[in-house]
Amino acid sequence: MQLAGEKPSHIIAPAIHKSRDDVADLFVQHHKTPRKTDIGELTMEARKFLREHFLSGEMGISGGNFLIAETGSLMLVTNEGNGRMTTTLPRVHVAITGIEKVLPTLEDASCILRLLTRSATGQSISNYVTLNTGPKRPGDLDGPEEMHVIIVDAGRTGLLGTDMQEALRCIRCGACMNHCPVYQNIGGHAYGWVYPGPIGSVLTPNYIGLENAIDLPNAATLCNQCGVVCPVKIPLPDLMRKLREKQVDRGLRPWQERLGLKLWAWVAKRPGIYALVTRIAARVGRSVGGADRMIHRLPGNGWTEGRDLPAPAGKTFRELYAERKRS
Amino acid sequence: MSARDSIFARIRAARAALPAMDETERAAIEGRIALHPIGTRPAMDWPLVPRFREQCVRMSSTVDDVASMAEVPRAIARFLAATKLPMRAVAWPEIAQLDWNGTGVTVEARAARGDDLVGITGTFLAVAETGTLMLLSSPSTPAATSLLPETHIAVVPQGRIVKAMEEAWALTRSERGELPRAVNFVSGPSRTADIEGQLQLGAHGPYRVHVVVVTE
Repeated sequence: MQLAGEKPSHIIAPAIHKSRDDVADLFVQHHKTPRKTDIGELTMEARKFLREHFLSGEMGISGGNFLIAETGSLMLVTNEGNGRMTTTLPRVHVAITGIEKVLPTLEDASCILRLLTRSATGQSISNYVTLNTGPKRPGDLDGPEEMHVIIVDAGRTGLLGTDMQEALRCIRCGACMNHCPVYQNIGGHAYGWVYPGPIGSVLTPNYIGLENAIDLPNAATLCNQCGVVCPVKIPLPDLMRKLREKQVDRGLRPWQERLGLKLWAWVAKRPGIYALVTRIAARVGRSVGGADRMIHRLPGNGWTEGRDLPAPAGKTFRELYAERKRS
Repeated sequence: MSARDSIFARIRAARAALPAMDETERAAIEGRIALHPIGTRPAMDWPLVPRFREQCVRMSSTVDDVASMAEVPRAIARFLAATKLPMRAVAWPEIAQLDWNGTGVTVEARAARGDDLVGITGTFLAVAETGTLMLLSSPSTPAATSLLPETHIAVVPQGRIVKAMEEAWALTRSERGELPRAVNFVSGPSRTADIEGQLQLGAHGPYRVHVVVVTE
């Protein structure tokens, strides 16, 4: 990701949007090595180049999966071993993590760890689970001389005591995005901030302001796949729906949409007019559709730039229903 | 006002909307930390040692058995020869002081370096549930020995295999009192699926983990 100058597109599989050919091109460009496309060889090359950094780095910066109140420890969960390298070799270790990652005891961490690895990668445990409790002790041959933990708020306390508080339970397993039909189609970068997928659609508006992430709570079908797979039972669709309600309450939706919905409400409350309007719309829609019965361009709307809209059948549902009832 | 003070002030302000934390709740939190009760966990009705072995294999470790500590050097020499690995290793002092004469393996008790190929460690204990080795750092049990070499060999006394991580914490508290700088749980070789989701063994840590169980 760093070589490509990109940001991660998934919280536990940051390069999931890259193919082996993309990786091969990046390695040729930056490492000046002969091109290889075998995934094993590419992984070996990454190991070789990164190991030099691990061995020579002055400071290692890690995240933190959990913080344990009982012992003042930082828990890191990795498969690669990058977490261990970063916290064992450099002279200084800095860990950056959120205030909501604190767990009371080691036993609590063991319990949540079972949920995390199963939901994240389907493993009963990840290859490395590391607890770091302070810097190098007297006589130790390795470990950092200094260890600093930076505990970040960045909007998290804003959720406390509100109807969004449940989102703070998130353990960052990524199961919600793995099961999200929207995430699977648009990818992680489209969410525009650190956390993609359903949890991102809830956290981002809360952290950076509802008005700065206007599309995110709407980037969902509310199918509740995320709510079902979430190991800590965050009601993600409910939270996204509440955010949509807040957008409406605060008048953040665009005026065209508000006017359109008002018109529709007016029409829908009057059955006679509704029938007339839909009859006209179905016929106009049909005539706009070409020979292939598709509408290729909608005026003033970017929706048809990448795809076509099927044209209406020419008759309304109520007309067809009445016809079929007769026959 | 420091950042810490302002975060705590925001948390207290948010709590005003909730029922205030009273003495009972405070005592419950302190009691939880003091008693550290075991939470919900999967059924664990399997026999310890077979479970440990089976889970080691599942996590792509290899497992060997020896009857006593005295047999460990020869067993490791056999493994190194069979796997065509160099007969030279960096090890924890407790391993280096075993009798390696006549095995053909040169064992050095020192800090591991980036170019060491074989590292041999003991284990504080092992966890049957997940086939996991638990290593505690100390001057005589450095953490890098199980991390930098391409091959990690760990010696596990059979009596040190416990059921799950919760039992491991109980033993750590009773035997050590407090946690060392680093507690490392190791379950098989390092791995990644970063490129196209295809699993590869040997990312940044060892390519292979070989567990020698001492059954005495």
